[in-house]
Amino acid sequence: MVTVELPRYLNEALSSSQSLPLITVTPQGLYCAPGHFHIDPWRPVERALITHAHGDHARGGSHRYLGARAGEGLLHRRLGADSVIDTLEYGERLSINDVTVSFHPAGHVLGSAQIRLEHQGEVWVVSGDYKRAPDPTCAPFEVVRCNTFITEATFGLPIYRWDDTRLVAEDILKWWDANRATGRASVLFCYALGKAQRILAELARLTDRPAYVHGALHSLVAVYREAGVHMIPTQLVSEVEKGTSFAGALVLAPPSAGGSTWMRRFGEYETGFASGWMRVRGNRRRRGFDRGFVLSDHADWPDLLRTVADTQAERVLVTHGYTDPLAHYLRDSGVDAAPLATPFEGEAED
Amino acid sequence: MRRLADLYEALDQTTSTNAKVDALVRYFQQAPPEDAAWALYFLTGQKLKRLLTTKLLVGWTQELTGIPGWLFEEVYASVGDLAEVIALLLDALERPAETEELPLSVWLEQRLLPLRNLDAAEQRERVVSWWKAMPRRELFLLNKMLTGELRVGVSATLVIRAVAQVAGLPPPSVAHRLMGTWTPTPAFFQQLVSPDVSDGHSSRPYPFYLASPLEQPPESLGDLADWQVEWKWDGIRGQLIRRQGGVYLWSRGEELITERFPEISEAAAALPEGTVLDGEVLAYEDGRPLPFALLQRRIGRQKLTPKVLAEAPAAFIVYDLLELGGKDVRELPLRERRAKLEALLKDRPRFPISPSVQAASWEELAKARGEARERNVEGFMLKRRDSAYLTGRKRGDWWKWKIDPFTVDAVLLYAHPGHGRRSSLYTDYTFAVWNGTELQPVTKAYSGLTDEEIGRLDRWIRAHTKEKYGPVRSVEPEQVFELHFEGIQASPRHKSGVALRFPRIARWRTDKKPQDADSLDTLKELLDARG
Repeated sequence: MVTVELPRYLNEALSSSQSLPLITVTPQGLYCAPGHFHIDPWRPVERALITHAHGDHARGGSHRYLGARAGEGLLHRRLGADSVIDTLEYGERLSINDVTVSFHPAGHVLGSAQIRLEHQGEVWVVSGDYKRAPDPTCAPFEVVRCNTFITEATFGLPIYRWDDTRLVAEDILKWWDANRATGRASVLFCYALGKAQRILAELARLTDRPAYVHGALHSLVAVYREAGVHMIPTQLVSEVEKGTSFAGALVLAPPSAGGSTWMRRFGEYETGFASGWMRVRGNRRRRGFDRGFVLSDHADWPDLLRTVADTQAERVLVTHGYTDPLAHYLRDSGVDAAPLATPFEGEAED
Repeated sequence: MRRLADLYEALDQTTSTNAKVDALVRYFQQAPPEDAAWALYFLTGQKLKRLLTTKLLVGWTQELTGIPGWLFEEVYASVGDLAEVIALLLDALERPAETEELPLSVWLEQRLLPLRNLDAAEQRERVVSWWKAMPRRELFLLNKMLTGELRVGVSATLVIRAVAQVAGLPPPSVAHRLMGTWTPTPAFFQQLVSPDVSDGHSSRPYPFYLASPLEQPPESLGDLADWQVEWKWDGIRGQLIRRQGGVYLWSRGEELITERFPEISEAAAALPEGTVLDGEVLAYEDGRPLPFALLQRRIGRQKLTPKVLAEAPAAFIVYDLLELGGKDVRELPLRERRAKLEALLKDRPRFPISPSVQAASWEELAKARGEARERNVEGFMLKRRDSAYLTGRKRGDWWKWKIDPFTVDAVLLYAHPGHGRRSSLYTDYTFAVWNGTELQPVTKAYSGLTDEEIGRLDRWIRAHTKEKYGPVRSVEPEQVFELHFEGIQASPRHKSGVALRFPRIARWRTDKKPQDADSLDTLKELLDARG
């Protein structure tokens, strides 16, 4: 039985402000009382608004769902074909009870959205996960002005700064080429939804050589292709004829495949991991990868600060990841900011 | 510097031993001797004496990046490596695309070493100007040198193997030439790889041969008659050299400790020229070793006053003979070395030979092992009688058969993130035992859990945190662990009044409840029993 206490600052906020906050934390997750719906709930609810299709945001079992239309295919895949999923175009407005809601591109993965809520002239934006770096697989982040901004903080420490994605893609290609030259396979681990397709799309700018993919990625790659995302050709590893050599091949797989018997078929190989966590050497060494490629679908520190400023929010709530340091830093810079406790903690997937 | 950064990256990016040796060989073939000497210096784990304080480096980084102190602390706790933290934070600075390249030896001799004689303002000016003009991976290495913690993560054995390959020499010759004190000069490196084997430096010790822990039943070693059994003394492993009129006492950490033990070095002056002995430095009186704690206290003293010398008189208990009459005898079988050693030391009571323990069977020996604690020893050493004196930890001929450790069941109270590759996990723990109705912290322990258990415990810690004090978390007192330790001492510096020696985690006792943990009184009884 998980219980979630109402955070102290919210109690304070409740007593100090005249109006009720538009969003509160309940045991089910973020809740909008005037609209009577939840956002990315972690337990089944009546009505769930979903920012994007990653497992820690889109959970099954709710009565009905509302999401961005660009993410419809992924949401169906994630929540099951039987789920009742309504969608809105980016920017399209819908009134739910007394609250006007709309979805705006978050630039995180295909179909990811920030959710804007407006009630009696007050505007809140729930960012979900987001990034500002260009990504050929999804619509770019849109700045939405608001009174209260709920931001993620997965990489909310100043050591996290991303290099240009194109340079990272070139590094991946160089690594692949070097392994090809020595007859080794290049097994690149990355999260199955979003990162894998982004890598395949970035590589398509540089090469048209095909890559192999693990089963967990395969169907998601198909959803991206249906959405018109251009990627290098892919082939499912398990469909390869027995005895085929993987020497010189690039293989994309989820991190969970590492160290499993599934890896045996590749003969001699090097491993890499594409993630924002690879910015810190210890993370790569702890997980035993040969190479780390710093590539993230989350905002880095400068972009978190820039985004908070861009929204012109009077108040910022920080959730997911390094919430305390980011909130503290924002407060010191004169922003009314506080961490928003959720039951998720520890290393988020990226 | 770029070549060293390439080498560092190559070593860092592979877990394959052969790939590491290949990268080292490539480096030593290409680098000029003046650079190679410095690279070797760092690769073999040596450090520059402190050039400036880390506090200064942290302060300059904060000034340049505008990161406040508390945030720097947060970042440090999550990365666990100061040089890396600074390199990552300084990425916020604009840096030129093209950067100046200087050889490693120039960096060290003309830039880094002169820093020591400058005042803080001048140090700042120089270091900051370098920082602003370096790519990140070189900046990281520079920081590693500045903080004196450039460890590369390759064992000395691999470095030696690579240098030997480059020089076309057998690895033991390279290992021998690398021992003792040397300065990283081109001349040194050239001599290291020179094919001339007639070299000799009077102070240079032989590499130590290290025993492996015995994990299988001793019966599996075969006939007891083939083995020489000695007590495993609890002191400082040392090598005593008497050559060319001088005396040198080396510790296993390759530290010259001659001056720390005047009674041993004075006695050694009477040994014949060209003698090298392997043995153990012990606090020793009336033919009996004293507890290790006494020796430790003596090591901690700055000045060796007559009182200190009288409290903890030291002796060198001899294990083995490595050189006799200036001749390397390490290749002879142990039984022959032992015979020569006995003949050499027959009338030299200042150098007692570690006696061999007589027993009729392994079973009888196992019984005798029970006396180990009363004798202030850690167990037995088992050495094959026909073994040569090898280099490093080679399994098969020398085993240490230690006595079972003490155990205590304790409750996890605090957790702290680890360092290096464990910096994003809670891996350092503080444990408590019952003192009446309160849990009293008694010890920290870091090692002993599997990676899987560390991950599981990390998640438990995050979900059961009571309070955060910076990077430290207090947790619900629910998890019980069986800890092992080698000894216990009274300690006025610890609130519990006791200090455990070599504590480590033996098992996560998920079957136990916190109330099943041991009490401080139980630990103190152990203390009384040990005198």
